[in-house]
Amino acid sequence: MEKLIYGMPESLKNVSTTYCPGCSHSTVHKLIAEVIDELKVREKTIGVAPVGCAVFAYDFWNFDVTEAAHGRNQAVSAAIKRVLPDNVVFSYQGDGDLASIGMAETIHTANRGENITVIFINNTNYGMTGGQMAPTSLLGQVTTTSPKGRDAQHYGYPIKMLELLAPLEGVKYLERVKVTNAASVIKAKKAIKKAFENQINNTGFSMIEVLGSCPANWKKEPAEANRWVDEKMAEFYPLGVIKDAR
Amino acid sequence: MSGKMLMKGNIAIAEGAIDAGCRFYAGYPITPQNEIPEYMSKRMPEAGGVFMQAESELISINLVFGASVAGARSMTTSSSPGMSLMQEGISYMAGCELPGVIVNVMRGGPGLGNIAPSQSDYFQAVKPGHGDFRMITLAPSNIQEMYDFTFEAFDLADKYRNPVMILTDGLLGQMMETIELSRGRKPLNPRPASEWALTGAKGREPRKILSLLMKPGALEQHNYDLWKKYDEIKKSELRYEFNEKEKDYDCLIVAFGSVARTSKGVIAEGKDIKAALFRPVTLWPFPYAELREAAKKAKKVFVFEMNMGQMVEDVRLAVQDDSKVEFYGRPGGGLPSQEELLSFLRKKVK
Ligand SMILES: Cc1ncc(C[n+]2csc(CCOP(=O)(O)OP(=O)(O)O)c2C)c(N)n1
Ligand code: SF4
Repeated sequence: MEKLIYGMPESLKNVSTTYCPGCSHSTVHKLIAEVIDELKVREKTIGVAPVGCAVFAYDFWNFDVTEAAHGRNQAVSAAIKRVLPDNVVFSYQGDGDLASIGMAETIHTANRGENITVIFINNTNYGMTGGQMAPTSLLGQVTTTSPKGRDAQHYGYPIKMLELLAPLEGVKYLERVKVTNAASVIKAKKAIKKAFENQINNTGFSMIEVLGSCPANWKKEPAEANRWVDEKMAEFYPLGVIKDAR
Repeated sequence: MSGKMLMKGNIAIAEGAIDAGCRFYAGYPITPQNEIPEYMSKRMPEAGGVFMQAESELISINLVFGASVAGARSMTTSSSPGMSLMQEGISYMAGCELPGVIVNVMRGGPGLGNIAPSQSDYFQAVKPGHGDFRMITLAPSNIQEMYDFTFEAFDLADKYRNPVMILTDGLLGQMMETIELSRGRKPLNPRPASEWALTGAKGREPRKILSLLMKPGALEQHNYDLWKKYDEIKKSELRYEFNEKEKDYDCLIVAFGSVARTSKGVIAEGKDIKAALFRPVTLWPFPYAELREAAKKAKKVFVFEMNMGQMVEDVRLAVQDDSKVEFYGRPGGGLPSQEELLSFLRKKVK
């Protein structure tokens, strides 16, 4: 007798995505879908898709999803959760969305301790608009708007969102993960699952930062891009649990 | 609530919303509308709804967006500078076809301006945001209408799944009058949110709410569809006050909101002038044809506003005879008095 031990999650539609080869968005989409299946909450999940490369997430996930204006995901998510406290609400955002234009929404949603889950894909640039510098770009990183590499004097320093949010009382759980190999993918899934479980248990605000790769704009092969995450990004952005105050 | 009550304009807006079933309110402090968030912070939880003090007007409008996605009747209120911050969110609501009520208690501008009453956001209300969209705009002119129009705005927003604006000013917001509440009136709920809101895909296909349409021709088609809806609104929801149709007038005064009140005083006082008032109540849709008809009998059409001439552009489009149209307005919080308007009228009629 054959037994299926690995298949397509029900929370994912059987369609091809719009992501570039090697892009972390597709991996994380699948992890979220698996977690939602495992927690059996697909029928009460409401996702909020960002303006960014993941804007079409509503075409890939098999549950209710809304769009939000660039940077405003967490305001939209918080209101949905306040209106429908028994539903599972999560915000999916890139670093331009969450750490730049939506910084005020991020800080205040976190500080209000909204009982939502935030999945934050930090790929150190504005993927969708062609790889411009983001607040998260590393020092020395060449982007289309930092052609000589980001230098602190002209562009300021890269921002560590989790460390910024950690002191806020309303914030309950913060973990930074990556998805560059099988072991780290398994770890990332665990963290994402915890962030959803927290919401279901009414723990409060949880956010998972995924160090993501953007091979297309980094102009690197997928494997090389993953190495850059492992070596350069993870060096500056420490992996692991940043806060666990449940 | 029901029965007669002495009430401030801003509170009447809050009560109209609660009675219409508004169960989500978000707002950020700005004068002259602070009574609304203050009152809502107490009243909304009593009514079983959600009150949120937003940390900016950007957050206000996007909270309203989210509450609407979840199917709640929702509202935000602000004044002029805050309304500028909301324009992107209003456009998203129109694009996503989400209902919601937005109140602008106008103050003087541009910039930080002042906190005196003004009508300088007429353009922004009738030509809002980015993209090709329209927003039903109701302009109350007394406290009863502050209550009634807010109440009705929720049904309009639901019926057309479109944002609706109450455009008023600091004078009406701060003024008190006796009004009649509720009278057992029930909101009509013309289009239940259960048909389209995101509540979790239990027993149905997943839903998506979006305004991004990248396939060739898709956005063009979406705009045509929106336009069909706007045409329907123009046909069905046009409102204006013109009680003196039968009167023997040769001057027609066109004014909205609080200036329409002053204009009634002008007509009562200026017995030597044969004047009638035409008051647009919906600023969008604007009653072009009705005003054109009313203007035929008049030698002169006077437009009075608390700005340097905004609605007058629509009046000119309606009248189609610029030589007939006279404008008097005061910007920056200047309140045109009855005497001032009457002497302008007399000077021009001579
Ligand atoms: C108000 C506004 N400003 C700018 C844009 C253009 N824009 C679209 S996506 C994007 C950047 C997205 O970058 P990020 O959030 O890092 O996500 P990624 O594409 O890298 O996943 C920008 C700036 C917009 N849509 N709206
Ligand atoms: S541009 Fe970058 S973030 Fe966007 S899909 Fe391609 S690899 Fe992913």
